[in-house]
Amino acid sequence: MKTDQLIDMLSTNVEPVKHGQLGKALAWALVIGGAASFCVMLATVGLRTDAAGVSHFGFLALKVLFMLSLVGVGTALLIKLIRPGQDGRKLFTFIFLPFLAAGFAGIVALALEPSAAWHPMILGTQWVTCLYCIPLFAISPFALLIWALRKGAPTNLQRTGAIAGLVAGALGATAYAFHCSDDSLPFIAIWYGAMVLLCAWIGARLGPRLLRW
Amino acid sequence: MDVRSTEPELRALMMAGLDGDAAAHKALLERLSSQLRAYFKGQLGRFNRGPVEAEDLVQEALISIHTRRHTYDPSQLLTPWVYGIARYKFVDYLRRTKTSINDLPIEDAEEIAVKDDRTHVESTLDLNKLMAGLSPKVRQVIQYVKLDGLSVSEAAARCGMSESNVKVSVHRGLKALALQITKEGADHED
Repeated sequence: MKTDQLIDMLSTNVEPVKHGQLGKALAWALVIGGAASFCVMLATVGLRTDAAGVSHFGFLALKVLFMLSLVGVGTALLIKLIRPGQDGRKLFTFIFLPFLAAGFAGIVALALEPSAAWHPMILGTQWVTCLYCIPLFAISPFALLIWALRKGAPTNLQRTGAIAGLVAGALGATAYAFHCSDDSLPFIAIWYGAMVLLCAWIGARLGPRLLRW
Repeated sequence: MDVRSTEPELRALMMAGLDGDAAAHKALLERLSSQLRAYFKGQLGRFNRGPVEAEDLVQEALISIHTRRHTYDPSQLLTPWVYGIARYKFVDYLRRTKTSINDLPIEDAEEIAVKDDRTHVESTLDLNKLMAGLSPKVRQVIQYVKLDGLSVSEAAARCGMSESNVKVSVHRGLKALALQITKEGADHED
């Protein structure tokens, strides 16, 4: 085929392009993915039953804040990553800030307590549940994010996959926070942080396969 | 080629094309095809690949530029967007042909410098073969709207489909063609 033939074909009956399709697809993926994640939480482990006091809500707010800050920065990065020629390198460093803040808070909380109290603070009562719930809850937002990202044109598939995994993991962890009864800063920093990073690693592995165009 | 001097012009063409101006879109693709050809030839020269492979890549990049033009952010420069796509397609090409990257004899490299006449180079892509891979309905719509140049409403009447259905089919069809090219390249070289 000659290139001129192809150009003729491509420029016959050119349709105007609607603006904002990509943003809309991503927004839908986040909203529906987040809602699906929450429903999976309700259907499997259910809401926290022992929650009553103000401190419970304080910890729930902290968990949600940590995770939603990751969702926010991650989404801003994804908007850049699906457009060729924009790598979002400056924004990329911001993704580590919530982890650093949570890690710092966790260390301070440990330092204020005698070392005998560390063990329950770190392991909590149900770290194992946390271990499988967050990746499980992350599956539906991840699938929807991949669907939305495939409408774009990501050129760094590994990084885009990693950020998609991170955002999905953070949404999954947000849902899990409504079940989680472990109220300690080191627990949040370690287990929530590690599970989100695991989701990001899985996303990075899957990205090149799922996002190729 | 000085990229900076062409940027405002190309961007204006792109903006008009995004609003549905076919002539501007055609002018843009023509201008970009020569820039892309120079880029791919330069890159491929280092791997002893000739003008035919460059033409394959030019066409692959042009289809992607067309089907992914909604990913261009009008507040940004056009040139980095175009080269972002070109680089991605080149890296993808290297990845799927990595086993045979050094197989070609060195003489081909000299040929590049000699044969620079673009109008004589055809890509290995066969439009008819690619079209055969589409579903009959989508193939028919692409034939009417993109090759015969019928208007969307005419094509809709002939196919017995709604206009919005025709538009969606054209878009899907072009994307499917782009995907097939990528796949064919992979089958070809593996």
